[in-house]
Amino acid sequence: MADNSIKKISIVPFGPQHPVLPEPIHLDLVLQDEKVIDALPSIGFVHRGLEKLVEKRDFQDFVLVAERTCGICSFGHGLGYVEAVEKIMHLETTPRTKYLRTMWAELGRMHNHLMWLGLLADAFGFESLFMETWRLREKVLDLLELTTGGRVIFSVNKVGGLRKDVTKGMLDTIMAGMTVLTKECRVATDTFLGDRDVQSRMRGVGRLSPERAEELGCCGPFLRASGVRRDLRLLGYEAYGELQFEPIVSFDGDCYARCEVRIKELYQSMDLVRQCIEKMPDGPIEVPVKGNPNGEYMARIEQPRGEALYYVKANGTKFLTRYRNRTPTYSNIPGLVETIKGAELADVAMMILTIDPCISCTER
Amino acid sequence: MTENAGGESKGNTPQGNVENLMDIRDIPAERLLDEVTKIHFDEWRLVQICATKIAENRYEILYTFGKGYDWKNLRITVSHEDKVSSITSIYEVAYLYENEIHDLFGIEIDMMNYDFRGKLFRTGVPHPFA
Repeated sequence: MADNSIKKISIVPFGPQHPVLPEPIHLDLVLQDEKVIDALPSIGFVHRGLEKLVEKRDFQDFVLVAERTCGICSFGHGLGYVEAVEKIMHLETTPRTKYLRTMWAELGRMHNHLMWLGLLADAFGFESLFMETWRLREKVLDLLELTTGGRVIFSVNKVGGLRKDVTKGMLDTIMAGMTVLTKECRVATDTFLGDRDVQSRMRGVGRLSPERAEELGCCGPFLRASGVRRDLRLLGYEAYGELQFEPIVSFDGDCYARCEVRIKELYQSMDLVRQCIEKMPDGPIEVPVKGNPNGEYMARIEQPRGEALYYVKANGTKFLTRYRNRTPTYSNIPGLVETIKGAELADVAMMILTIDPCISCTER
Repeated sequence: MTENAGGESKGNTPQGNVENLMDIRDIPAERLLDEVTKIHFDEWRLVQICATKIAENRYEILYTFGKGYDWKNLRITVSHEDKVSSITSIYEVAYLYENEIHDLFGIEIDMMNYDFRGKLFRTGVPHPFA
């Protein structure tokens, strides 16, 4: 029988301040009763204009500004920037630099994914799981602090190499840490993937087809959870070309699939860190940098949240003409809006979290 | 800009002194929609759009497209007097990039599917990158 009842249409503002949102994003949700029929995103609450600073900072110093784009994927932002400048200046970094950068990038991915798992647990009301995953994340941050001296901003990258080297003892500690983390993470991740209550919140929620994910420009775990096998690490930048790994893909395209992809990537990162340490070459960590960059290049790397682009345009002086960072979240917002359409209002918060939004990256 | 008979150039930027390590094709702004339509027809996805100030009241807009791991770029050069055609009728996801360019550089983009009317980025001063 046809449903002839009059549906109530209302617009509910969601964010920028909301208990599940660590950073400010606003959505105008158009509701028909409890169902979302449209959503209009709005960002721009924390725009800092970091890209403009490139005109006033020496290109060698700017890596410190690039890193400060975000507190979670800070290592990756510094890496993407120096990769672009090194390419313009035709600098070939040393093998040890490449391996150390890769190791730190994977440790960064681990702490990002553990943080995200905690936020997800918090979003669906599983407080103890939230605390457990963040306890595990602390162990990764301890390893980063041991080797770089920082827990949020690491400041180890520079144009032409690294500012700090690591000792054999530090690498042994990281190796031992990976063994402990592999064992301890299993308890938490089995709960995410196997618990009936968790599955009831995530299975079949927020589906996105591979065709639409591609069309909407999605990237990272959000894209791979829809069955598209694309991971920029396969391009072989830094030491990735010498490591063994396969992109993690899931085919359901729902919130559960996104969680599954990130959990499997967590273990994959542990494996990549082990591979880096086993193959770590000896030698210098920097090459001399002469002159100023003159040219343009767009470096691309796989950040924990997806593909990130770093466009640098230089004019032969020590100040660059343009630095542009297109972050994964920026690219995933249209995909997010698509998944929200047709969802229940109660699921919207969790669906926003499953793209792992980073608004400070997005607004720079 | 060194243009060939088709009004296109490959490799050189308008300044002509910057080394180009990317696959960039410079096209006249009025041919943008035609070129983007062809690219869309060949099933490339939109990766990003970015503006760069190259001189007083001169801006480059770089459109990046991807197919698998391959990328290519189109570039147009405009000024504040020009109205750039929106490509949202071809790539619906371009609205965020186009609104960003409008808000930061003050470049007018015509016929966007979602026009935030200067409110996407809540900047303290209007068009801070212009």
